[in-house]
Amino acid sequence: MAFLLELLIAFLIVVGSLFLLVGSFGLIKLRDLMTRLHAPTKATTLGIGGVLLASMVHFIVVRGAVSVHEILIMVFLFLTAPVTAHFVAKAHLHEHMRDGAELPPTERDCGWSTFDPGARSPGESGQAPNRGPGDTDD
Amino acid sequence: MIGYALVFGFSAASLALVFNVWRLVAGPTLMDRVLAFDTMVINVIALIMLWGIQQETTLYFESALLLSMFGFISTVAFCRFRLRGDIIE
Repeated sequence: MAFLLELLIAFLIVVGSLFLLVGSFGLIKLRDLMTRLHAPTKATTLGIGGVLLASMVHFIVVRGAVSVHEILIMVFLFLTAPVTAHFVAKAHLHEHMRDGAELPPTERDCGWSTFDPGARSPGESGQAPNRGPGDTDD
Repeated sequence: MIGYALVFGFSAASLALVFNVWRLVAGPTLMDRVLAFDTMVINVIALIMLWGIQQETTLYFESALLLSMFGFISTVAFCRFRLRGDIIE
């Protein structure tokens, strides 16, 4: 049983590290930023998940108690990876694809939402409808 | 066996860091560099976790947690600064 657990930990470490390596290799291998975004946000997130799982299993075996820190780190990383990728892609679009010529068509009435807000429902608009001069953002 | 796996893990994470530094230096656009830095933070977290397994201590978990938070916040703040010219409006 101890051997099997050790095997599981070693397997998780190796798989996680391989995915980290693949993610970072994709970062230098892929062609432009929009394709390059895929490698770190997916492969690297999976890799860090594997390493954290290995650490969790290891400390369950060694200490006999479940540690919550790894779950916390894992949840935080898995939640923040898409947000980071979205922000980087949006900043890249606004810096380099302002005219939208290279972007695929959306096949809707409005264009890409980051350039062309289109028809918004009242609740979704960026500005509050009844806005006094004294109101401030914070 | 965990020892060999850890050696492999350290090597892979370090090589990944070298790749990230490559992209950080060579990246043609600014956002490439931001992305490389964000990936670097994740690789450093993996190194810290592997180091924690090797030393059999849970001492480094807080540092990994703090690092993940700072990496996320710095990336979002930088992208927001590039997008809006301001971080907190």
